[in-house]
Amino acid sequence: MSDRISLTIDGRQIEAEPGQTILEAAEEAGVYIPRLCWMKGLSAFGSCRVCTVRVNGRPQSACTQPAAPGMVVENDTQELRELRRSLIDMLFIEGNHFCMFCEKSGDCELQALAYRLGITAPQYPFMFPQRELDATHPEIFVDRNRCILCGRCVRASQELDGKHVFGFVGRGAGKKVAVNAESGLGGTDAAGDDEAVAACPTGSLLKKRVGFAVPVGQRRFDHQPIGSEIEQAQSEE
Amino acid sequence: MGATREEVVKVICQDYGNDRSRLLDIARDVREQLGCVDSPAVDCIAEVLSIPRVEIESLVSFYSFLYSEPQGQVQIRICNDVPDMMKGADRIASELEEELGIQVGETTPDGKFSLEYASCIGLSDQAPSALVNDLMVPRLGAGTARRGVQILKERGELKELDKLLIRDYGDGNNAHDLVRSACSNNIRKAGEVILAEMRRGAGLEKALAMSPVEVIREIKTSRLRGRGGAGFPTGMKWEFTRAADGDRRYLVCNADEGEPGTFKDRVILTERPDLLFEGMTIGGYAIGAEDGLVYLRAEYAYLREFLEHALAKRRELGLLGENVCGKEGFHFDIRIQMGAGAYICGEETALISSCEGLRGDPKNRPPFPAQHGYLGKPTSVNNVETLCCVARILQRGSGWFSAIGSPGSTGTKLLSISGDCMRPGVYEVPFGIRLSEVFAMCDAQDPMAAQVGGPSGKMVGEADFDRTICFDDLATGGSLMVFGRDRDVLEIASQFMQFFVHESCGYCTPCRVGNVLLKERLDKILGGHGQPTDLEYLQRLGESIKMASRCGLGQTSPNPVLSTLESFRSAYEERIRDADDVEESGFDLQSALSTAQTLTGRKSVHFED
Amino acid sequence: MGKPRVATTSLCGCFGCHMSLLDIDERILSLVELVDFDRSPINDIKELSGPVDIGLVEGGCANEENVKVLQEFREHCRVLISVGDCAINGGIPAMRNMVPLRECFREAFLDGPTVVNPAGKIPDDEEIPLLLDRVYPCHEVVKVEYHLPGCPPSADTLWEALNALLEGRSLELPYELIKYD
Repeated sequence: MSDRISLTIDGRQIEAEPGQTILEAAEEAGVYIPRLCWMKGLSAFGSCRVCTVRVNGRPQSACTQPAAPGMVVENDTQELRELRRSLIDMLFIEGNHFCMFCEKSGDCELQALAYRLGITAPQYPFMFPQRELDATHPEIFVDRNRCILCGRCVRASQELDGKHVFGFVGRGAGKKVAVNAESGLGGTDAAGDDEAVAACPTGSLLKKRVGFAVPVGQRRFDHQPIGSEIEQAQSEE
Repeated sequence: MGATREEVVKVICQDYGNDRSRLLDIARDVREQLGCVDSPAVDCIAEVLSIPRVEIESLVSFYSFLYSEPQGQVQIRICNDVPDMMKGADRIASELEEELGIQVGETTPDGKFSLEYASCIGLSDQAPSALVNDLMVPRLGAGTARRGVQILKERGELKELDKLLIRDYGDGNNAHDLVRSACSNNIRKAGEVILAEMRRGAGLEKALAMSPVEVIREIKTSRLRGRGGAGFPTGMKWEFTRAADGDRRYLVCNADEGEPGTFKDRVILTERPDLLFEGMTIGGYAIGAEDGLVYLRAEYAYLREFLEHALAKRRELGLLGENVCGKEGFHFDIRIQMGAGAYICGEETALISSCEGLRGDPKNRPPFPAQHGYLGKPTSVNNVETLCCVARILQRGSGWFSAIGSPGSTGTKLLSISGDCMRPGVYEVPFGIRLSEVFAMCDAQDPMAAQVGGPSGKMVGEADFDRTICFDDLATGGSLMVFGRDRDVLEIASQFMQFFVHESCGYCTPCRVGNVLLKERLDKILGGHGQPTDLEYLQRLGESIKMASRCGLGQTSPNPVLSTLESFRSAYEERIRDADDVEESGFDLQSALSTAQTLTGRKSVHFED
Repeated sequence: MGKPRVATTSLCGCFGCHMSLLDIDERILSLVELVDFDRSPINDIKELSGPVDIGLVEGGCANEENVKVLQEFREHCRVLISVGDCAINGGIPAMRNMVPLRECFREAFLDGPTVVNPAGKIPDDEEIPLLLDRVYPCHEVVKVEYHLPGCPPSADTLWEALNALLEGRSLELPYELIKYD
């Protein structure tokens, strides 16, 4: 039996296993720390910065920071809510997110976080970038307009599918997701049922011929904010 | 004719032992021998190394000095950092555009010339300057760039550019046979630590007479702090690295001097390479490493042969290699790892990524490099100047060293001074010197502002001229730009922001998106459309970027805006109009309508002005 | 004191948001008890008559006329509300924002597969408002106090927003009423 670690989040004492990150420990204790690039089963990436918390006063990404004894973590504060709002706003204005006709609407984690944070309009001007579509694969669409560069597809392809379908190219504002074939996704060994496709938090990777399968009103985030399942799991105990 | 593409790539990969972690070197050599790393070349490398092609594209597209499309035989990179722009870099650009008949960013149809901008190439004290292939061309006067191109145009063979373009070599080792550079050292003040004379082995012999732990203690006693800017105590870093589990350890020298306005490492590498290598060897001994790497920025490729020669000499003298200085069991050697044009690689974890043949993305911390660094092994990354201090501390003692400078910042600091002063160049000064003293030293008459620590540092005005240069007050990795009264601080801040937008690796949201937004809003104010609410917007956005960014780049990139908002607020306020609600958004109607007006050939009927 | 005055307009939108306003069904009877409508497509009043308490704007700004109308609304409305995704982020019309205006014109007037334009001239009639270089959200053109997202925002969202403002409550929409589709 390893020694449990004790730390506090927003004044509440919680326990963590050695090696757990703050995000994982919080989740187990029923505390939801908003996140986008993090996904259960994948290595931590630390790119979206939405899970930023203050640890003993210093900003850290909760998905990469190991829990340590006596840590004082701030999560649900006015300052951090505003910071997260700012980051979600940046992701919206950086791409072209047309929720009204996106198949992922209602099931999209970016949108769901914006709902949870109560965002009615982004505070930054829209960039309207030119982004590429890739429909070369028989089963999968790639719509980079909706890509938030979270790298979940890149990691899921390697870590879960044992493939190497996706990668990042370019840098700075020009960074984008590329595929492992010059001819497009159709030239790779990607398959419709790859975890990499399911890992996309937005509608950037979608299976073809599915469309708007779930009626409005019955979708994942229509009635319940993202993270509720974590918070409820605790309150039911 | 010559070898096929496949053969060339195969040989290059073989030269690096078909080692995936040497992909950066492989890509550099492919670019050099085949002109670019295009799609077929990517396929060849992927096949030889048995790695996914997207990994190679990922790397090639990251670095400014690697290209996926053919470039001109002569690649002209005009330095567009702020001191160069102040001395007319844009004039050089238009001169060359006119002479070559292409725009910056293009290649001539005959494939002979490419023209582009480069972030600071390390010649801010001899601006305006350019990098022509590997050749540094400083002090471009009116017409010299044009004449240079004319000379090259007349020659069919574009080889040995130095003989065609360089008339006089610079001082000191710049005139060395293996350097042959027109750069000047511009050493205006040599101090006792870095720029004093040295004897090979002086510090190393003393170190090897001590135990590694004693060496670390000596460095800790000297209170040496890292010279890259962050100021982490070197002794502590070494202690952590030594204590970490690992069957191999590495000592990496950060010679990726990329902070605009910094050029002191170039001078150290030119004049005191042995002091650096000696410091590295001592460091290797202290932490228990057998391998040292010098990560040399691509812009300084012209120094590579000279440095290799200095390393060879040290091997000959027994100062590197097996049983260094006859010390049984202490083996240490140094390899030069070339960079490929990315400012972010000056960040220590990005530098490690780059050494590993990856994109220069910073890594998540923890684990820290001391535990999990180069190839997953305990690694200490130290600045060029820090390692030189180490050699001197061992030679002359920690007591001697810590008596120089101020209590919290011991020793000397090399300043790279550029901008509006009569004597730009390198100054070795004790820590704790006042900014006003620095101005007097470099003969800056009636300065309005100084940028201390480069774009990631601080812009300070007159109220701060009595402050001191040290880790606890005005910290700097070396860059110090002086601005006279006729300079526009907002214009300068905008150029700095352009630099960060260009150099952000794009990994994390706040830095990738936020810096673009900061620059955009700053330019809106510069364009005369600023609103009172914009100042609050800049402040809040800048603070968010600093707070949420993943590495030092994003944690400091808003500084040009935040520090000018603090020190030169009136420069913003003067440009901002009081606005009513209709105007409050700062919407630029004229610009929004201009394309349609051109296309339809008529004016607006709704807005007749 | 008279009843609060409400004005509405549609810029570059589809009138779907106005349809959603009508979708408040019988509650519209309560609404007309509470407020007087000034300019609105609902009553076909074409010009603002004077100061207005609440202005609802559907659609983004795609052309100079949209800007003109929006600025007039801003000048006359104490509280201005962007209604729907087009007003907030440009919406469907903003899909042209990724295509340079010059190319949009060429496709629409010169080279498009269904275009017959022997003169090869881009129309310059003053009746056709000049297009902006791209479609702008309303808050990038004038100051906007509140945003009601949705395509369209639901009738409940509109009802809740109007009631909150009329009762002097702060406008904070519950989770279920913030939707982008």
